[in-house]
Amino acid sequence: MPFTPNSPVSNADLAEYTPKLEALARDQGLDFYPVDFEVVPPSFMMEVAVYGLPVRMPHWSFGVRYIYQYIQHRMGHSRIFEVVFPGNPNRAYLVNNNSLAENTLVTAHVLGHADFSKNNELFARMQSQVGYHIVEQAAERAHRIEEAIGDHGQKRVEAVLDAALALEQNIDVNFAINRPEYPERMERRRAEDERPRSGFQGRFGQLPGEEDAHGTEPERGGGRAPIPPRAEYDLLWFIAHYAPDLEGWEQDIFLSVREESFYFYPVFGCQIMNEGWASYWHARLLREADFLPQQLYLDAIRAHSDVVRPYAGEDSVALSINPYHVGFRMWERIIAEHGLETALRLRAEEDDFSFVRNWLDEDLADELQLFSYTTRQGRGGEEQYVIQERDIHALREAILHPKFNYGAPRVYVAEMGTDGSLLLRHDYVTDGRGLDLDRAQKVLDYVHRVWRRPVRLETVDAKGQPQVVEKS
Amino acid sequence: MTSDNGETRTPSRMATDNRWYDLFSRGSRDWLRHNEKVRETVREELPNLISGSDVLSRPSDRTVQVPVRFLEHYRFRLRDDPQEGEAGVGQGDGQPGDVLRRAQPGEGEGGSEGGSGGGELRFVLELKVDDIVDWIWAELQLPDLKPKTTDALTDEDLIQEGWDKRGPRARLDRRRTVKEAIKRRSVQEQSEGEATPFSNEDLRYRQLARRKRPATNAVVVFLLDVSASMDASRRKLAKSFFFWAMQGLRRQYGQVETVFIAHTNQAWEFSEEEFFQASATGGTVASSGFRLARDILTERFDPAQYNQYLFYASDGDNFGDDRRSAEALLGELCRLVNFMGFVETPQNPLEASKSEMGRLFKALAARNHPVGSYTVHEESEIWEAIRLFFQHQAEEAA
Repeated sequence: MPFTPNSPVSNADLAEYTPKLEALARDQGLDFYPVDFEVVPPSFMMEVAVYGLPVRMPHWSFGVRYIYQYIQHRMGHSRIFEVVFPGNPNRAYLVNNNSLAENTLVTAHVLGHADFSKNNELFARMQSQVGYHIVEQAAERAHRIEEAIGDHGQKRVEAVLDAALALEQNIDVNFAINRPEYPERMERRRAEDERPRSGFQGRFGQLPGEEDAHGTEPERGGGRAPIPPRAEYDLLWFIAHYAPDLEGWEQDIFLSVREESFYFYPVFGCQIMNEGWASYWHARLLREADFLPQQLYLDAIRAHSDVVRPYAGEDSVALSINPYHVGFRMWERIIAEHGLETALRLRAEEDDFSFVRNWLDEDLADELQLFSYTTRQGRGGEEQYVIQERDIHALREAILHPKFNYGAPRVYVAEMGTDGSLLLRHDYVTDGRGLDLDRAQKVLDYVHRVWRRPVRLETVDAKGQPQVVEKS
Repeated sequence: MTSDNGETRTPSRMATDNRWYDLFSRGSRDWLRHNEKVRETVREELPNLISGSDVLSRPSDRTVQVPVRFLEHYRFRLRDDPQEGEAGVGQGDGQPGDVLRRAQPGEGEGGSEGGSGGGELRFVLELKVDDIVDWIWAELQLPDLKPKTTDALTDEDLIQEGWDKRGPRARLDRRRTVKEAIKRRSVQEQSEGEATPFSNEDLRYRQLARRKRPATNAVVVFLLDVSASMDASRRKLAKSFFFWAMQGLRRQYGQVETVFIAHTNQAWEFSEEEFFQASATGGTVASSGFRLARDILTERFDPAQYNQYLFYASDGDNFGDDRRSAEALLGELCRLVNFMGFVETPQNPLEASKSEMGRLFKALAARNHPVGSYTVHEESEIWEAIRLFFQHQAEEAA
């Protein structure tokens, strides 16, 4: 991104603009918890972006990401403008070598995020479960893990983190973060099913006609219930609670990783909406902020167009979409055509799945020149990208495809044997293909070191033939 | 619309002056931990490391550079499907059916982990040769070698042993003398008044003794067949073997001198740099090389002071007419050296040790001479050859 650092941030000015922007935002209809802004050095910002949290558990894989980020940063490919952690208060970090104009823009952008995370249902549901002080909570967990390293040695702690972080995305956000263990006896199963479920599932998970089908199965006279009683997609939860020889501190690490993963989910599941919303609002707030000097406004708007442009540099085509750009344009159109009231309702009710399916129509897709493509091998072995027929449904699904199941293959616990062995199964039908077997083997190796009994995983190969990966 | 149901609203805060964030360095710490793990992995990959051709670009250096990939933290991932291809979404000019190529790999791979996507980063790890040799020792569970302590291999040395009250002035130990004076005065002061600063009794002289000690010098003769049949790849194999054998001997001896000889039907001595570039046309008359080696060893290196080693690398061919003299010279060399190694890089791996040279060395080994033969046909076999050599050495020392 072209960037000339102007004068270093004038702290006094930024501190002066912030309450004014905030008042303006509230006047416009935004509603948010207060934000603790901090202006930090770029090195720290890079760490926050890499770890996902200001203070988080140590793990070598973060080191790899850090170096990637560092190189990108040094080569000028990547700039981080802002990181915000939803909560009450929200915590936002700004970089101290960005210009005052850029940081003013970022401040307005953060207010958009703050409004979104307070009002969006997915965010609200997760936050009410995870808590409103994630930064402090994560730091506390990191501290406990440091202590575990002191008590049990780096190697052992690392082995647990290798497994837990590898399964970071394999959670089930349809269930609450605090779940009771499975009932031990069959007959209690029905009671469990009546637990209130959240969101969509709570309302429609069990349709009236389905009641009977459910009822026939479990009445087997109180025999031992199988573990798990049904396919269990929350691998972190399952291992934390059912691994035969897991020690307390190891369980703590698994649950820590899981809790943070729940916290990150809404950011993942609403990325297009959320970034679009914040971009819409930073543009609108700055436009209406009559207290800003003219030059600062112009500089800020230049930064804005850098953020929401679809392609890098001088290209005229990109093989990925910029969520800031697509989201921004979608909200612009919704507000122009349906009014702010509707937009405020949508930002509360939708997530990316419904947002894209309901509101990305053919006109807009054409206007944005969106296309879906598939890859193929060229004659020289190089990768080619073939643009597909314009079909809005295919396009929407292609946008959403990487978002299903937290972006991870659907792997579930099928069975825990009486000898404590663990059987995982991959739902290759839904995923459309089997797992990468080498990686699956490595992940099983990680898991085996905490499960400590035989571990097996079933999937299919390229020909659709069953494949078993195991470690015992 | 913005009413908060009476909830008191704390204003947002803008803190612009938090210096302590400069102190954070978790990213670097985890990066160092990653590198530590890479080192461990590299160690497990020793055989590959040693046979890797890149390692020996500068054999005289004490470090080798190993290109390594970043470690991947594995996660479940779907299989790549070259038939079906991957679906994606893009934006910009483009009509259905257009075919695009990526201009430069690795653009915008931002947060994703390593992966097979373009733009893979590699870095170079610098390893100390001594560390690698240590690893080999640990890996092979070899005992530490000791120089031969036969009577023949001893140096006489003057070694300082204790102090005496008399001696030549040149060996007066001032430090020790002052110590003695201080000791004496501290006792005297209690009994009498004034103490003399130094007395003859305080003087201490270093005492020397003649002691025999095992020689820790070694000389290694590297003898290479550079006739036309020894092509570049064969020489590289020989070079790799020479390098690691040398490292093993370095570990054993305080000082190792080297002699480099190349031969066709005649023999020349080279410097190390020229040695591996040397090439010549001409037949293979091994005895010319053996003769020069013998002459150099007897003239320049007193067997009482040097442990002597000879390594000979060739593809095994030799002129039939030369058999007699080669055999005789090898016999002579056998009595001279601690150990003689033959590195065979055969034209045909199945015929290893059936060659002319192979048979000669085999015959020597059968008569219990300290010789060893190693066949190296491919880079991957170097590790095995090195292992064998070190094991022979360890057995000899035991």
